[in-house]
Amino acid sequence: MATTLGKTNSGAAFGRSIPRVEAQAKVTGKAEYVHNLRLPGMLYGKVHRSTVAHGRIRGIDVSAAKALPGVYAVYTAADIIKLIPEPYYGPAFHDQPILAVDKVHHVGEPVALVLAADPHVAEAAAQLIDVDYEELPAVFDEVEAMTSKAIVHEVLKPAGTFPDLKHLKGKRDTNIALDFHLRRGDAQKAFAEADHVFEHTFRTQQVLHVPLEPFVTVADPTPNQLVIHTASQSPSFVRIEIARLLGWAENKVRVKVPYLGGGFGAKLYIKTEALTAAAALLAGRPVKISLTMEEQFYQITKHAATLRIKSGVTNEGKVTARECEVWWNGGAYADIGPRVTQKSGFTAPGPYDIDHVSIDSYALYTNLPAAGALRGFGIPQLVWAYESHTDMIAKALKMDPLAIRRKNILREGRPQATGTLMRDAGIEKVLERLAQRMDWEKAFDKGGGAIRRGRGIAIGFKASISPTTSVAIVNVSADGSCMVYCSTVDMGQGSDTAMAQFAAEALGIPVESVTVVHPDTDVTPYDMATLGSRSTYHMGHAVKLAAEDARDKLMQLAKDVGLSAETTPIPDIFRKKYGMQAGNVVGVGSYIPSYTSPDAQGQTDNATPFWMIGATGAEVEVDTETGEFKITRLVNLVDVGRPVNPAIVETQISGATMMQLGFTLFERMDFDAGQCTNASLADYKIPGIRDVPLVMENEAVDMVQQSGPFGAKGVGESGTFGVSPAIASAIDDAVGVRLTSLPLTAEAVYRGLRAQAGKPLDE
Amino acid sequence: MQRNIRFTLNGRPVETQVGNHQNLVEVLQGQGLFGARESCSQGLCGCCTVIINGAAVSGCLTLAPLIDGADVRTIEESQPDGKLDPVQQAFVETGAFQCGFCTPGFVLMTRQLLDAHPQPTDDEIRHYLAGNLCRCAAYPEIIKAVQLAAAKCKG
Repeated sequence: MATTLGKTNSGAAFGRSIPRVEAQAKVTGKAEYVHNLRLPGMLYGKVHRSTVAHGRIRGIDVSAAKALPGVYAVYTAADIIKLIPEPYYGPAFHDQPILAVDKVHHVGEPVALVLAADPHVAEAAAQLIDVDYEELPAVFDEVEAMTSKAIVHEVLKPAGTFPDLKHLKGKRDTNIALDFHLRRGDAQKAFAEADHVFEHTFRTQQVLHVPLEPFVTVADPTPNQLVIHTASQSPSFVRIEIARLLGWAENKVRVKVPYLGGGFGAKLYIKTEALTAAAALLAGRPVKISLTMEEQFYQITKHAATLRIKSGVTNEGKVTARECEVWWNGGAYADIGPRVTQKSGFTAPGPYDIDHVSIDSYALYTNLPAAGALRGFGIPQLVWAYESHTDMIAKALKMDPLAIRRKNILREGRPQATGTLMRDAGIEKVLERLAQRMDWEKAFDKGGGAIRRGRGIAIGFKASISPTTSVAIVNVSADGSCMVYCSTVDMGQGSDTAMAQFAAEALGIPVESVTVVHPDTDVTPYDMATLGSRSTYHMGHAVKLAAEDARDKLMQLAKDVGLSAETTPIPDIFRKKYGMQAGNVVGVGSYIPSYTSPDAQGQTDNATPFWMIGATGAEVEVDTETGEFKITRLVNLVDVGRPVNPAIVETQISGATMMQLGFTLFERMDFDAGQCTNASLADYKIPGIRDVPLVMENEAVDMVQQSGPFGAKGVGESGTFGVSPAIASAIDDAVGVRLTSLPLTAEAVYRGLRAQAGKPLDE
Repeated sequence: MQRNIRFTLNGRPVETQVGNHQNLVEVLQGQGLFGARESCSQGLCGCCTVIINGAAVSGCLTLAPLIDGADVRTIEESQPDGKLDPVQQAFVETGAFQCGFCTPGFVLMTRQLLDAHPQPTDDEIRHYLAGNLCRCAAYPEIIKAVQLAAAKCKG
């Protein structure tokens, strides 16, 4: 049946739990991933990686590798430089070489690349490369990196894209890749006047994303363009950065992205793309580089951090002042760490109404694998610290954890630490709903004998990375079907489905008649990236604007030919205009939110277009004889504005929660002299189906983001915020053991119990 | 060293040259099938699950010469009527996946689970699917999908 333009914003497409548009392709194994791609004449690349954490390269012997039958080529930095004289990339600093130049900065850094038609030959040859290193002193700890004599990069090279990094250009002999400072009121004076001052230090460990589809890129040097097929969350960035490296126009580089087998912030900016592109151009043939699971451990990770928080508090539990110092372990390359340092840094005091605030946040280089964005952009580390700190204060003052939060919570219309007033931030609503679902006001069974029970709550918030741009095209065909062109990457979060829903809702046509074109920079317009829960809001706006533009044009077209668009089927409008099934109506939408840069004190009246809120309540049972504990109930509350697709939103909440549960309970990269010693799924456990708590409840509170498209905002990260501190507080509530480092292991609980009993275990 | 092997792939006879060092995932890729995906390469994640002679195995740990003469079935095997089977339908209806990379393994393992336990308990589901990892952690939906599939199979 031919479609007629229906009502716009009728709720026919938006807010419905329709199945994902790609559901059939995924359950039949036929969904398209770069993993599947093979091109005629394609060579496979295998990387030879650094075996030392910090060292000068004295020589590279590739003769044995080159001599292996079947090897097509072996490349080192010397070859790359012939093609790209300045072979350094990165979103914040141009600090990362395509292959190591003169020096290596971490174990696992790419030093040489072997190409062969048979990947097994390439792999065998990569092992035959011999590199002679002069080892240098290395630094691994983020706090030591502040003053260490071991300097990871001799000179800092800001990329020039971010104004707050410009002052670091050419700076020598420092590991500080960004220092962010915020001052509001007079914290020192307030500490002096406070009834109580509390100070605690917390630690988080280095972990990683582990998408089950490891990094993979295919580069194809065609006569007119370099075509890059890549599992990337940021196709527009890849095109611009590769074009910059080569000194080419943007339109000479084409980046295509099908579905991703998971991303979580790993597949952002440049990962395997620059090396694959350079190799393909040098070889003159298509090249594929697929990392192994082990290699993912050297590519990108989540920041380990040390966080010190100090609070001035009244006898009644009102926090009057807070000082936060955060040291982010960025590893060998800055990646997006400086943005984590600033954008997350300014929420370090938590969702609390505090008059006097002082924040110092430092991005540090160390000789570990680089750290970047991982589902929360630094927020889970901060929430871990400020919510644990909140409960430690409550305990000292003999206050209830809910009561102290109610007393200090940042309410609607009040200024956050930057001075930005809170708008459409359901902090109070989320907290109250969590308390209700946890039956917080009712008596709680604390258990008895060897098994003790406890409960905890925690709440966190996050600003959106701003300002960023999204552009979309909506194309209505002559039969009334519609295509959305956007560079948002569907990595599992369901953006294809969401964008189809936005377009259908704004156009007033059935969602089934909309398809979404996958990112292809020759076809789909610019998008900053699929990160930081920004797509629903930013690309949602762009798609909505494009659909409204198309609708207006279709109405005008109908008017021009003397028809009513409201009553005439869309195909009849086109037929009357063009005499046959022909033509298109193309709408365009572009969106960038307003934003005010912070001043020297970190103050701004417009820090973010929207706030994300997430809270978790946990109930645990602790075995006092072994320290083992199990989570008997986990309740997750979020404010996502109006959910685009409630079923997918719930999957996003529980998925984020489960991921953070892994980071809370067992995930940790172990290092020995900079060498990761558990770089495999055999030694690095990620959550499985048996780790799902027996009771897990997820809820999006009833909220509307007034500035959002149809009232929506982002959801991908909010489920992570409260998990770690809620569980730590529940353990403390059960047995009186307060853990301040992640992960929360049975051993750590048992050590705490022994210390409590005056019989501490040896280290 | 190369050798010639013959096996049945989704009901059709196949004859192909394989290297002794190659694994089943590579053999399937040579046949144009990409639903079995090598991820951890240690037989721990379940992304490369393939059914050999009726039993689920890790394709990444199965050397190619060992499938000579075997009956091999993959996620690409189509249903007699060309539609989704009850397990696949249940995964779609409950939204039991996000990125979809691990989904073929879960679907194949769920079929095997339902063959062994037509009405599985929550505990049996968690036990049976413990060898399949989903980093998107769509586990709560997967448990619902298995229960729905069991109900569909029962009719």
